[in-house]
Amino acid sequence: MQITSPEFKSNSRAALADAQLQKALSNVRSGFIDKRLKAVADLPEFERLRDSAKAIKDHVLSNLDLYLEAYEGKVLAAGGKVHWCQTAEDARQAILAICRSVDARVVTKGKSMITEEIALNEFFEKNGIAPVETDLGEYIIQLRGEHPSHIIAPAVHLNKEQVEEDFRRVHDHLAPGRDLTEPEALLNEARRVLRSRYFEADVGITGANFLVAETGSSIIVTNEGNGDLTQILPKVHIVVASIEKVVPTLDDAAQILRLLARSATGQDMSVYTTVSTGPRRPGDPDGPEEYHVILLDNGRSAMLGTEFQDMLRCIRCGACMNHCPVYHAVGGHAYGWVYPGPMGAVLTPSLIGVDKGGHLPNASTFCGRCESVCPMRIPLPKMMRHWREREFERGLNPAVARYGLKTWAFFAKRPRLYRFAAAMGIPALGMFSFGKGRFSWLPFAGGWTRHRELPAPEGRTFMQQLRERDAVMKQAAR
Amino acid sequence: MTQQKVTKPRVGLFVTCLVDLFRPVVGFAAVKLIEDSGCTVDIPMAQTCCGQPAYNSGDRKDTRAIAQNTIEAFEEYDYIVAPSGSCAGMLKKHYPGLFKGDPAWEPRVAAFSAKVHELVSFLADVRGVSDIDARLDGTVTYHDSCSGLRELGIRAQPRALLGQVDGLTLRELPDSDVCCGFGGTFCVKYSDISNAIVSEKTSKIEASGADLLLAGDLGCLMNMAGKLKRQGSSVETRHVAEVLAGMTDQPPIGGRG
Ligand code: SF4
Repeated sequence: MQITSPEFKSNSRAALADAQLQKALSNVRSGFIDKRLKAVADLPEFERLRDSAKAIKDHVLSNLDLYLEAYEGKVLAAGGKVHWCQTAEDARQAILAICRSVDARVVTKGKSMITEEIALNEFFEKNGIAPVETDLGEYIIQLRGEHPSHIIAPAVHLNKEQVEEDFRRVHDHLAPGRDLTEPEALLNEARRVLRSRYFEADVGITGANFLVAETGSSIIVTNEGNGDLTQILPKVHIVVASIEKVVPTLDDAAQILRLLARSATGQDMSVYTTVSTGPRRPGDPDGPEEYHVILLDNGRSAMLGTEFQDMLRCIRCGACMNHCPVYHAVGGHAYGWVYPGPMGAVLTPSLIGVDKGGHLPNASTFCGRCESVCPMRIPLPKMMRHWREREFERGLNPAVARYGLKTWAFFAKRPRLYRFAAAMGIPALGMFSFGKGRFSWLPFAGGWTRHRELPAPEGRTFMQQLRERDAVMKQAAR
Repeated sequence: MTQQKVTKPRVGLFVTCLVDLFRPVVGFAAVKLIEDSGCTVDIPMAQTCCGQPAYNSGDRKDTRAIAQNTIEAFEEYDYIVAPSGSCAGMLKKHYPGLFKGDPAWEPRVAAFSAKVHELVSFLADVRGVSDIDARLDGTVTYHDSCSGLRELGIRAQPRALLGQVDGLTLRELPDSDVCCGFGGTFCVKYSDISNAIVSEKTSKIEASGADLLLAGDLGCLMNMAGKLKRQGSSVETRHVAEVLAGMTDQPPIGGRG
């Protein structure tokens, strides 16, 4: 997938001017938030669960190698195979080799952000394999040749009418006069169309919400049940997961699951929670003949032991972006790569480099709402600030901003000089507003005055006024 | 009977750079409110800014230097009070991290930060103020600035104190906990996004039916006032301290009309 994160500014300007997108985003601003709030209020132990989930993941991250090896052992014992992949290319090649070994032409896919991260669909198409997305949102996105704009609601940037139009265009074998006004009708049509593709597929690919070291299982949650059909019907099931998805026990996974759906959609549980362990055993009624796990690092192990390690606790619930004013304003595509919103602002520079992803941790007001809702208590603003520190150290921020900051800091470190400069500048600035109390335009303040008036200073600074007041009082006391 | 001399707690007022430069009346309102709550107030001259512009731009070295100035200027006081949630949050929650692993400064910053309070929460929580002596005939609405709300837990306090102002009616602002889009340098670096966020906010403010908008942070107030005025709104904007101190003779932030 082409990275456009360096163009975040122009991306966001385009997003702000896109009326369709803005209409769709207005649903994000309200829908998720109220539902989460209610779900959380209904679970008294929610805050304690957050602490416990954080502790589980912190423990795993300090012992990641141990748990991954234990997990691999269990997968092997269950008859599956684990492919350790350091880079996206390693993962693509491993997947291709498996597909080739069974002569796969069609591959069904459950929702997986990791396959977005490794740009698997484009790679499949180049290699003559047809990927079929089975999650409704992903299916719509695929029809449109787009990428997800949200990690749990990939098509959240679209309106119902746009989807209807796409379905009429692509499903041209169906009756043109059919009624598609209700979302339910769209879902049913997608189901019908997809049904036949499940049986054509030679390989089914899913992501994983958890990998369980105790049992060698992978767990996915979905609301449509498409994941089940994707992994049960084809001959081969490939799980594509990143290394930090491992948890020690089923019990640990169950604890974190109680947070996941509540934080994501405000459901107590997702509709389907599917546990899969190895290929079909003798006597099993169904299941794949082969079971593979692609275990992807792609830059994550380099985050261990750094100030960005906490980010690896993320369970991809999407609550941070659902509550982010910047995401609400521009949507997910503006972020320019796979992961949008606050989690993307931290993760993207880690995975593609801060030279490319540098805008993202800067485009935040540090309002802290993301951190306040993150079920895994990830200090997102703090980590965005760490990225800004790295940029500053490397001199990556623009020269004008650096110069301005340095000049300001020069004065801020010298109180007397600062007071003097303020006493010179501020009253003069105040006079320029000619009693109106505000400016519509000022040199060097274009960033501010393009969209709003700049309130004028009252007149003399507080420190000036205070000195005069004290002088008057001393005089009077004499 | 022995007369016991009660010494009043000594408060160092951290004026904040925006109040110093743009809105001195907030500083004087803070002095009055703190004195009325039974404290003495000093204003150390050796103060400038809390350092957030440097801190949030990734410049830790300058931030530390500024923080050291501030700590030296204020550590002698019983309390350090600032009329801003974001500056108080910086002093209280972020200064300690700047000196981690520095044995000379760690205990000093810990002692300093423990004494820092935002003005309104200082009045309500520390001083237990229950006799605000002010009058304002009008309908106001209140925006919860992010740092005060989420770093310092300030939500009930301003409402409790505003409830003591004669003649004042408070209309709650829907989504009062959502950011106004200011974010320090964010509002100029990403001015289009900031504009979208503040526009969302001002439309809620207009819809609230209030004729006066209050909040506890001058940055946010200047942002919202600037947008309201650009939109030609008649809603006026003030810092909450001005109303609590009964000091509303100054024209509102961004002027009248
Ligand atoms: S950072 Fe937290 S809130 Fe955001 S997706 Fe990850 S777990 Fe969810």
